[in-house]
Amino acid sequence: MQRRRLEVTALAGLLILMALVTLFPIAPMLLNSVKSDIAVQTNPLALPDHLALDNFSKAWDQAHLGRSIFLSLRIVCLTVCFTCSTTCLTAYALARRKVRSWPLVSGYFLAATTVPITLLIFPLYGLLVRLGLLGNEAVLALIYTAIYTPFSVFLLRSYFLAIPLELEEAAQIDGASGFQIFLQVALPLVTPGVLTVALIVEFYSFQGRFGTQWSLMMANSVLLAGPIIIIFLILQRFFVEGLVAGSVKG
Amino acid sequence: MPPRPVASEARPEPVQGNARPVSRRKARDLSGWLYVAPSLLINSLFLLFPVVATLWMSLTSWNGLESPQWVGAANFQELFASSAFWEAAINNAKWTVIFLTVPIALALWVAAALLRVRRLGFLQTLFLVPYILPTVVQARVWQGMIFNPETGLFGWLNKHGFNIPDPLIATAFSLYGIALVNLWAWWGFLTVIFFAAFRQIDRSLLEAAQVEGAGFWQQWIHIQIPLIKPTILFMLIMTFVWSFLVFDYVYVLTDGGPAGSSEVLSTLAFRYGFERFEFGKAAAVSAFAGLLGMFAISFYLWLQKKGFER
Repeated sequence: MQRRRLEVTALAGLLILMALVTLFPIAPMLLNSVKSDIAVQTNPLALPDHLALDNFSKAWDQAHLGRSIFLSLRIVCLTVCFTCSTTCLTAYALARRKVRSWPLVSGYFLAATTVPITLLIFPLYGLLVRLGLLGNEAVLALIYTAIYTPFSVFLLRSYFLAIPLELEEAAQIDGASGFQIFLQVALPLVTPGVLTVALIVEFYSFQGRFGTQWSLMMANSVLLAGPIIIIFLILQRFFVEGLVAGSVKG
Repeated sequence: MPPRPVASEARPEPVQGNARPVSRRKARDLSGWLYVAPSLLINSLFLLFPVVATLWMSLTSWNGLESPQWVGAANFQELFASSAFWEAAINNAKWTVIFLTVPIALALWVAAALLRVRRLGFLQTLFLVPYILPTVVQARVWQGMIFNPETGLFGWLNKHGFNIPDPLIATAFSLYGIALVNLWAWWGFLTVIFFAAFRQIDRSLLEAAQVEGAGFWQQWIHIQIPLIKPTILFMLIMTFVWSFLVFDYVYVLTDGGPAGSSEVLSTLAFRYGFERFEFGKAAAVSAFAGLLGMFAISFYLWLQKKGFER
């Protein structure tokens, strides 16, 4: 009994140490985002003598952060819309319609999860330049959609499979068509799944831009990371569920 | 019910409805395909087509302006004869060895500890925080606040008598410096995955072992790890695939430098493409890395088919 308690205490201590190590780099980010650039260079670990809160407004202006966040958000929104609408349909069919070629389609999507950006970028770049579509938001969102599709399909499929078949059979007896069953019975029941997909796609497709001074860079990082961390902490359950569904075999 | 896994989706499923009249089955199949069509269309247009185009490009010589010239395997022959290519490939191999061992072992251990000290289970959320940060933010924080000899922790340590160089600007350490940043962001993800897998193990097994006097280590080695072997295998295969594709951390932190010491295949491909406009060679490097990944996935599916998991 004594030994067991000792074991738990030791493990707990090590876990807390790991948490501190994990969060450690975030502390100087916060600290130095409110210091002057000179203060950062004199002693990066010292507490600020005054709060240089104008770092945030400077970072915002210097990196055109407002514009680039707005741009990213528009692309992210489009990507989330495209991904959720198309993969819901696909995942539903893979879960509920029995078609002989489905293993092939699943195999294709599985292979597609491993395709790196460097296998896509050169032809896509050439094509977009030729078509004058480089930087086009909708096209960019479609590329992201293609990249996130396999993951979303597998995740949503697991949610559709969890719906009891009886519900859909009852709707069928009541005379609902196949698409009505999908839209009015199955889809509302997988809302948490759709939210999870939206959340994870949003996290992956959001990146930011940077300037040159370290104090401003940290202010910039805080501006980018802050909202992400807050959203993550609020919706962590969905996020963790989504990640796990992708990899754990039950 | 726990959500179903990704990897087992490729397993063939028994096809129902063979007894139905053929025409009705065809109608059903057709409507099924209609549901799948939008995803397949977007995916083949923006993913499959570029991949096929890259594979074809790897057999041509193309500067991005004139029309591509067919050169057969010449790009690959040149690559295999160049030291830059092999240095990058070796860096990928080192990267693979690091990521197949360190984060997996760490995550397995921390996940088991979280299971043992259930009250601290909430820590998994904290461990995941680095993973959700945009890569540029992670990179800038480590570059400026940890490694930097003037503004970082290392600079502070240097002033206080510890002589630690900035790994990102030392040829001997640059790759490991980048790996450290990626490890910091990555191990929490693995921990969450393994923690979830451990939680699916029947508790009575562990309790029985405890009654028999098995401690934390014995349970870990003899019960927990063997029981989640399929999940570990899946993460090992994915780690292998991703290690040959790693791009963003290297690109943002050192861009392959100093003096090419942290160059990996993907940054080399970028350099061939967007700095020297040798798109054929760039495509050949990417194809090489991509095909390695494909082999790994095929190997995994083959293992699965052989019934390794059952």
